[in-house]
Amino acid sequence: MEAFEKLISYVQLPFVYHAIIVGVLIALCSSLLGVTLVLKRFSFIGDGLSHVAFGGVAIATVMNITNNMLVVMPVTVISAVLLLRTGKNAKIKGDAAVAMISVGALAVGYMLMKLFPASGNLTGDVCTTLFGSMSLITLSEFDMWVTVVLSVVVVLFFIFFYNKIFSVTFDEDFARATGTRAGLYNLLIAVIIAVIIVLAMNLVGSLLISALVIFPALSAMRVFKSFKSVTICSACLSVSCALIGMLTSIMFGTPTGSTIVVADIVAFAAFSLIGFIRRGFGR
Amino acid sequence: MAQLVCNNLSIGYEGVEIVSDLSFSVGSGDYLCILGENGSGKSTLMKTILGLHSPMRGSIETGEGLTQREIGYLPQQTQVQKDFPASVREIVVSGFQGRCGARPFYSKEEKRLALENMKRMGIDKLARRCYRELSGGQQQRVLLARALCATQKMLLLDEPVAGLDPKVTEEMYDLISELNKSGITIIMISHDVKAALRYADHILHIGGEIFFGTREEYLQSGLYTVKGAR
Ligand SMILES: Nc1ncnc2c1ncn2[C@@H]1O[C@H](COP(=O)(O)OP(=O)(O)OP(=O)(O)O)[C@@H](O)[C@H]1O
Ligand SMILES: [Mg+2]
Repeated sequence: MEAFEKLISYVQLPFVYHAIIVGVLIALCSSLLGVTLVLKRFSFIGDGLSHVAFGGVAIATVMNITNNMLVVMPVTVISAVLLLRTGKNAKIKGDAAVAMISVGALAVGYMLMKLFPASGNLTGDVCTTLFGSMSLITLSEFDMWVTVVLSVVVVLFFIFFYNKIFSVTFDEDFARATGTRAGLYNLLIAVIIAVIIVLAMNLVGSLLISALVIFPALSAMRVFKSFKSVTICSACLSVSCALIGMLTSIMFGTPTGSTIVVADIVAFAAFSLIGFIRRGFGR
Repeated sequence: MAQLVCNNLSIGYEGVEIVSDLSFSVGSGDYLCILGENGSGKSTLMKTILGLHSPMRGSIETGEGLTQREIGYLPQQTQVQKDFPASVREIVVSGFQGRCGARPFYSKEEKRLALENMKRMGIDKLARRCYRELSGGQQQRVLLARALCATQKMLLLDEPVAGLDPKVTEEMYDLISELNKSGITIIMISHDVKAALRYADHILHIGGEIFFGTREEYLQSGLYTVKGAR
């Protein structure tokens, strides 16, 4: 009961409900491209990019740039485009390139933060960047608006290109052969993934991003059968898990990012069970 | 000029030619069957015709009002995503994507035509079903319906009956033959020489000796007897 009262009083604070709105928006965006990411074997790019974003944050921190999205966003988007290019030329080389870039970014990022500590609390800084902030997301007003605008752009983009994303993900060769500009849409998807990763990093930290992007899609795929229903379900699921995660973290003081991911894992278990039972009865 | 003309075409990967100096032409309404052993370059030839892969030498020209993006395509089975969550309807209507250009959504007319093509392939009852839960034969029909949405002129089929049982194979061949009679040019890759001779009017044999000609010419050429003896 005490925890619940705490929740009520917290949610009335403007910075708390702003944070909750931003968190929900980020969760919505990150779930949208989950299916594409899983099935197009883009997940390795997603993982690599989250490490690049970590490097970007480190650079921004060292250079004392308060609006660190101004650094992180372009760096990550450019890396996404480069990774897609190398990945296309030769598959094995592409994988190696991702590994090199992502591990390199982690190492350089940590070294920079160690050499030029921006605050007295290095472990805290690193932890925040890797696992998200300890309590709610704390964004500057500028970053918050950037996040809101970008989230809306991502959602609009997704709706507008929904059918094209489906075609290119389901069967790229067919799409290309019948005149869809698959290369262009792959590029757009990569850029959007980069944007989503930078946004999601504020919510759950760079190590947990993949979970936020992939879990809702995987859960929805256990139960639903069409692309549309999977997409809608994973969006709803991601938003609910983010909400539950954030509220729980306020009530019990658990770290926001990991609480959200735990909520996603619980949902995944539940959906797997539902899928299993359904299939059992179907036969 | 014919619908599709290949002149002195050489195809291959990374500087290594797999098939050299290939010349053939396909007229409107023809039924061409491409024969050849595994790895002889049949799928590669098809991808080159579709523009997915660039030819090393020679040229591919289309005529009689056919443009390259109006060629429908049934890929060799393995290429389509196996665990993709998609309903039959979603897949079939995606055949129209190529002609949408920048338009984000499918028109009513396109949705209606998609349904018509599903009826034509006998899969309209499966419209809401999940693609990955269908049988191999049903999946091939779905992909064929999608290809029909992409074209009314020419279909390229890469081993459409691979992995199907004899009865379903027969149905598939009949379906294709009907499409051909309705005026669609068919180019089909097959390992089934008997079926090729039964349905096709032209044969292209690649790998080892290259042969291109009508069915009758193929029967008279040494190639068929050599094959038949094996
Ligand atoms: N992406 C690729 N890169 C390099 N070589 C390739 C590639 N794809 C195929 N090959 C080679 O090109 C040759 C022809 O392949 P292709 O797939 O066209 O054969 P196919 O005639 O369709 O065989 P099958 O009957 O088994 O389908 C093979 O020797 C294969 O190893
Ligand atoms: Mg082949």
